[in-house]
Amino acid sequence: MASTKIPTNILALGASSAIAEATLRLYAVRGARFFLVARNPDKLNAVAGDLLTRGAASVATHVMDLDDTSAHPAMLAAAAENLGTIELALLAHGVLGDQQQAEASYPVAEAVLGTNFMAPVSMITWLANYFEASHQGTLAVISSVAGDRGRKSNYVYGASKGALNIYLDGVRNRIDRAGVHVLTIKPGFVATPMTAHLPQNALFATPSKVAEGIFKAIEKRKDVVYVPAFWAIIMFILCMIPRSIFKKLNV
Amino acid sequence: MAQSSPRPRFESWGRYPTLQADLVPLNWTGDFPLSKPPATRLLPVGAGRSYGDVCLLENGTLLQTRGMDRLLAFDPETGVLRCEAGVTLAEILDFAVPRGFFLPVTPGTKYVTVGGAIANDIHGKNHHLAGTFGCHVPRFELVRSDGTRLLCSPADNAQWFAATIGGMGLTGLITWAEVRLRPIVSRRIQYTGIKFTGIEEFVALSRASTHIEYTVSWIDCVATGRNFARGIFMQGDHSPVPEPLTTSKEPWLALPVDLPNIALNRFSIGLFNTLYYNKQLGKTKTGLVDYEPFFYPLDKLLHWNRMYGKSGLLQFQCVLPWEADQLGIIQILKAITASGLASFLAVIKVFGDLPSPGMMSFPAPGITLALDFPIRPEVSFDLLDRLARITLEHGGRMYPAKDARMTAPQFQAFFPQWQEFARFIDPAFSSAFWERVTA
Repeated sequence: MASTKIPTNILALGASSAIAEATLRLYAVRGARFFLVARNPDKLNAVAGDLLTRGAASVATHVMDLDDTSAHPAMLAAAAENLGTIELALLAHGVLGDQQQAEASYPVAEAVLGTNFMAPVSMITWLANYFEASHQGTLAVISSVAGDRGRKSNYVYGASKGALNIYLDGVRNRIDRAGVHVLTIKPGFVATPMTAHLPQNALFATPSKVAEGIFKAIEKRKDVVYVPAFWAIIMFILCMIPRSIFKKLNV
Repeated sequence: MAQSSPRPRFESWGRYPTLQADLVPLNWTGDFPLSKPPATRLLPVGAGRSYGDVCLLENGTLLQTRGMDRLLAFDPETGVLRCEAGVTLAEILDFAVPRGFFLPVTPGTKYVTVGGAIANDIHGKNHHLAGTFGCHVPRFELVRSDGTRLLCSPADNAQWFAATIGGMGLTGLITWAEVRLRPIVSRRIQYTGIKFTGIEEFVALSRASTHIEYTVSWIDCVATGRNFARGIFMQGDHSPVPEPLTTSKEPWLALPVDLPNIALNRFSIGLFNTLYYNKQLGKTKTGLVDYEPFFYPLDKLLHWNRMYGKSGLLQFQCVLPWEADQLGIIQILKAITASGLASFLAVIKVFGDLPSPGMMSFPAPGITLALDFPIRPEVSFDLLDRLARITLEHGGRMYPAKDARMTAPQFQAFFPQWQEFARFIDPAFSSAFWERVTA
């Protein structure tokens, strides 16, 4: 695995997510240029101000709801136009959703799948073609350890991320030969607004810790990264448990 | 999903007391007022690095500000940094030092937030020249629980500005603030350590070094007889010789577990003190040292408060005015040696007379003494009460951010302006400290 130059033209989709923001800071101090997309203009402005203050060469912002897939091509074209060349696309758009509500009501499950899978597929379709044509680029997508195995406590979220993992595997096999790096990021528990309602324990990592792992994985052109790394071991063990036993466990 | 679990217990850096509270993280300056205000009272908490109960609220809701950690703007011409209130001084240093800037005032740890630094109007080794942290805050935003957003400066909403600096987080939520940084050309400090014996010699050294930016002394609170009040007077200035301005490395050393409660005792501390006093052989030692060990010797060891064991530690910091101080300080030191308790981190310094903009600010001209004690309920509570009484007798005051024990009459005598201040408290806010000292 060869390491490459650190990307300087960066597109962040879901830029106000805590993990995205922490990751972008690591590029801002190196003088990167950003095109940030998020739904809430106040949050987007706060993130943009922070990245500029930390040393970003330029920051453009684009307010939109990324669930609106019909607006993706225009937004992505605007990003490419603004950045010249998109060197890194960081996809951090997602929701945890409410498992119990999703069990009771299909529209709730559909919304989780739409945000976590269909919307990324829409963006990745455009980005994969863009990167393949330009024979360069890194597509880094925040998935989750929850996509490695279905658990009764969060299988709707897990299924959306599992589907995303498989989709990314396929995309990688297609565009790797064009010199494009596709990174599947699998964070464990991260202390973010998304998980603030859960009881925090020793397995929770800070967004900045997770961001360091993502930064290194992009630099080393990894295919899949667990952040923090110990989640690779936890998920390996979890996936080894025979289904006949796993279905009886309260996980 | 919404199962009601028992409220988690929350502790400050002193680990005493620990009180139950709900925790609500704030990640954006627009997160407050909360969309669903809880039925309980509220209190903002930053890094939780104050020692006693100023950052605690029993059965209340703590608004955790660390998620508001964005740097909003920096002007290299003026050195003014605008940042959200949850940014820590460590994060400011990581940003500022490579750009040739340094904190205008820093306490003995860099792991405090800007919001906490304002709320406790912290001070540092340069108080005699620079005053408190609040002296270097041109503006901040204060958000009240009714949704009012007040831009506070010495010119605008001046009363709110004064009440909030040193206002212990009670006047509302500070969402962002400006801090005026000072230029540096090197990470290093030109350091001189001078051994002294006795308060008189300490005072003479302080008087002779008022032109030096940073001065502080370590003092031995265990030694008696001819070694009584021995210590090392440490002084330093930012090195004027330009050198590469790199960022600090992350500390790698942490205390992973609580030590037994008795690990710090009179004998282990006495031994440490003798070794520390004698690590410098001559009367005077000079050199160039990095700012990290000069300002933050304890930050190297993460979770150092675990040294005191599970029961925690009590801090005591007082300031005694010049007229009274020598006698008062000597009485305090004698009370400590007589108690049989030992203070591991005893620090003595002369405060200057630069007034703070804060209404409830702690520092005042005179000598300040900061001590900590392991908690041995009977002995240490008695001793702290005795120290508070000596402080009061000599016209001094104690530091709320380092207190878990002062009584309501004592507080009200230390801060006679407390009722005037109380008018600025947000009706939805309170703290365990405030409830204790106004009961």
